[in-house]
Amino acid sequence: MNGSAVTTAGAVVPRKKAIESTATWRRSDRLGLALCWLLGILFCAIAAAIVIFMLVQGVRYLRPSLLVTSPTAGFSESQTGGFLDPMIGTLVVAVLGLAIALPIGVTIAVWLSEYGRPFWLARVTESTIEMLAGVPDIVLALFGLLIFSSPILGFLSRTSGHVVFGRSFLAAGAMLSLVALPLIVSSTREGLQAVPAHVREASLAVGKTRFATIRRVLLPTARPSVVTGSMLGLGRIIGDTAIIVVLLGATLTLNQADNTPLLGLLKGTGSTLTSFIYQNSPTGEGNQPTKAYAAAFVLLLIVLALNAGVDLIARRRKLTTWSS
Amino acid sequence: MMQDPLLVEQRPHWWSDKRAGLTLGAVVCAAVAGVVAMLVFVVVQGWPSFAHNGLSWFGSGGSVDQQIKAMFLSGELGGHYVYTFHAWSLIWSTLLIVGIAVALSLGCSLFIAVFVVEFAPDSMKEVLQPVVRLLASVPSVIYGLIGVLVIVPFIGNHLISQQQKASVSHIISLSGYSLLAAVLILTVMIAPLMISIFADGLRSVPRHWLEASMALGINRWRTFWKVGVRAARPAVVAGTVLATARALGEAVMLAMVSGSVGFAPNPFDGAIFFFEPSRPLAATIIQNVEGLSSPPLKHTLFAIAAVLLLSAMLLSLAGWAAKQPLKRYGAA
Amino acid sequence: MEFLTPPPVRWLAPDADDPGPAPHTSERERLQPPAPGQNGNGHARGFLSAPRRRARSSGFAIERMELQDVSVAYSGKSAVKSVSLPVRQGEVLALIGPSGCGKTTLLRSLNRLTELTRGATLEGRIALDGVDITTIEPTLLRRRVTMVFQQPNPFPMSVFDNIAYVLREMGSRRPRKRALEGPVLDALERAGLLEEVRGDLSHPALRLSGGQQQRLCIARALAVQPEVLLLDEPCSALDPQSTQVIEDLIVQLRDEVAVVIVTHNLQQAYRIADNVAFMYLGELVEYGTAGSIFGSPHQQRTKDYVSGAFG
Repeated sequence: MNGSAVTTAGAVVPRKKAIESTATWRRSDRLGLALCWLLGILFCAIAAAIVIFMLVQGVRYLRPSLLVTSPTAGFSESQTGGFLDPMIGTLVVAVLGLAIALPIGVTIAVWLSEYGRPFWLARVTESTIEMLAGVPDIVLALFGLLIFSSPILGFLSRTSGHVVFGRSFLAAGAMLSLVALPLIVSSTREGLQAVPAHVREASLAVGKTRFATIRRVLLPTARPSVVTGSMLGLGRIIGDTAIIVVLLGATLTLNQADNTPLLGLLKGTGSTLTSFIYQNSPTGEGNQPTKAYAAAFVLLLIVLALNAGVDLIARRRKLTTWSS
Repeated sequence: MMQDPLLVEQRPHWWSDKRAGLTLGAVVCAAVAGVVAMLVFVVVQGWPSFAHNGLSWFGSGGSVDQQIKAMFLSGELGGHYVYTFHAWSLIWSTLLIVGIAVALSLGCSLFIAVFVVEFAPDSMKEVLQPVVRLLASVPSVIYGLIGVLVIVPFIGNHLISQQQKASVSHIISLSGYSLLAAVLILTVMIAPLMISIFADGLRSVPRHWLEASMALGINRWRTFWKVGVRAARPAVVAGTVLATARALGEAVMLAMVSGSVGFAPNPFDGAIFFFEPSRPLAATIIQNVEGLSSPPLKHTLFAIAAVLLLSAMLLSLAGWAAKQPLKRYGAA
Repeated sequence: MEFLTPPPVRWLAPDADDPGPAPHTSERERLQPPAPGQNGNGHARGFLSAPRRRARSSGFAIERMELQDVSVAYSGKSAVKSVSLPVRQGEVLALIGPSGCGKTTLLRSLNRLTELTRGATLEGRIALDGVDITTIEPTLLRRRVTMVFQQPNPFPMSVFDNIAYVLREMGSRRPRKRALEGPVLDALERAGLLEEVRGDLSHPALRLSGGQQQRLCIARALAVQPEVLLLDEPCSALDPQSTQVIEDLIVQLRDEVAVVIVTHNLQQAYRIADNVAFMYLGELVEYGTAGSIFGSPHQQRTKDYVSGAFG
């Protein structure tokens, strides 16, 4: 019987099972474990504090009217309107950035994973993407300003006379795509490499070209990875402030550049939730903490929703695996 | 070869493999060229500032704030441009903030990662993983907001005494925008990144090493620490490099929290050291964005950006170099 | 149906101190042992024609561990059913049987390694020197009963550090490096590896050959001065030369530690084992000396397995 032993006298004696306890550990080991626990709990506490604090402040200061009113310049809290324009700005910038990053990122990932010749080009590409991941966004912002201020690309933003403004949604979107690019490339590559070789061989064996294989078999299979990468990239784009501050022109409301329907909006300036928060904190000029908290709450909700989405996809992916 | 009429898709495709390969390759080349161009352009734009200052660009001398103002004015007013710039206080601030934050975060993240992977009870593991991902994705401007509206006033009002403020009031004002606030928040910002990379590395340590160690009578803590963490050293290096790069480039949060004063915190000031304001490189750029219209200031800001860019590249290189000796014993 | 039953095993090279096999004496009289290297009557029993190179144990054995009615189950699925065996120092015990018969599980239960798997349950009693092992703290138990695994797994450190690491963790205080040199060299010598690595002890362990790595693992397991050494198919990943070296080593060690070896290689068991336990589907089918198991097994299933009818 598990847990008891029979002694010679015939009585049943309960046997104590010795499991690994920390009593045999050295003191430094026990201190180490205590430190682990302490830091783990501290970490959770900090995370909880941040989330709860933002929740409380958001609930306190967020009113539905803020979501639908445009911001206006004013002196007191009640006069300055809401943050509808920044929200639209966030949406525009996110769509734009992703629209540019996704095709280029998937292309690069596909080339690296399926073609990859000449070898030196593949290594250079890998290193470049890695380097891009480490470039600070403020440097990307300055670079963007440089190229979009040049007369060649003047059509992408507002020009007055000979001076190209250089700041527009298009400029910001283009640079933000560089922020999302490394994430999309690495995630897509992982997804493609996870497809076993025999699937590719099977497709080629029935006469399909490599390109058709990629289009019809590999990319659909790797779609969850592509989506995950896009959502991670989207999260970074939405949370970015430096590029927006430099490249979006910092106008409170959406300012169209000219009157063409969509392009005018894209060539114009505006703001996003992140730059709105930055401007309304004591560091910026607006200095309305209540509006900043409300906008921060909305931003946090968006980011949390994206996170939850990524989690969901990861969970669903575990259910379908290749039998290799 | 006879074409079998029963087989579909026998006619050659325009979109043949060779063309597809070349097109994709062209896109890749363009992307690589773009990134290389960025490096070149940024350095070129920053060159005038380096040329005018020589090596003293990196040295100290004068107040950075005044120099920036002078540059801005000279640019606006036309005439002779002023380029004098000594960035040492900015560089020193950056080194201090990034160095302390990375060191703190490295220690804490290693223990937390070991906790998450091995020693936490299952219920806590379920909680900790989403928490790490959550904190990693919070935008830096929100960290900055909490910092400037909660931490900074707390430090200013409750941690710094009146005497301390009075003792240095002739040089700077201690108002809570401080090294302490910057380091604390930066540590919390980069910790989730480090934790997730360390945890991934620890999880991928081959199980048979840990089993062999346990089968020799080594307790769980020492097994995990001496064999597991040692085998995961490449991941530790990678995580540290990535987190340092992120910390170097952090502009927004530090601009909100570290104080907009080009002051170099002095460790010999004792306790006040932690309360002194500072101004890291990246934050300097973002705080002077309006001045980009003035050419000398523009060149100076690009010079700062070039320094940041080159540091990020050097960091990658250092990470690669740090991994090389690890390969000898097979844990890489 | 005579042609369906496998032919009887021919004990072709009887040992001097084997007490002699069992019942069917009339058959023994009829059969003539063919010359070594040849097969008799068209049946390929090559390995049994090779003379056993190593002398059998002198018979002096201290009982180190005892298993009584041991059953192990993983999440309800029974892996080992009611096995009783003794483990003695001075003898090599081989556990043989086809794949999945539970011999590795039984081995791992001897040093409580099965507890590292979720859902594993153990019933029955395993005693080390008379003390129930479940009452000994696992870490301390595993220093007295050490294990060498199938795949050589030296740590990603130098040769010296592999053994020194194990020694460092023994005491409560961290010994100095110079104090460790002696025991490390001693362990390497007992494992027969010293001559080959003496020149450069800081050589990365993962760059040694497979056989050297496995001997390093054995040295590591011996460094803690265990009472029982468990070996889980140690030679299955190695070439014949390394296998021979390790088999010689095992036989040499048998007087210092009790050795239990799991092997699916019948020839190997024949070469080095003193006692053999044949397991099938979790049950102990037969236990006896190597001579009796290979020469004249009592059970039909043992006969079938040993003659190669299945497995």
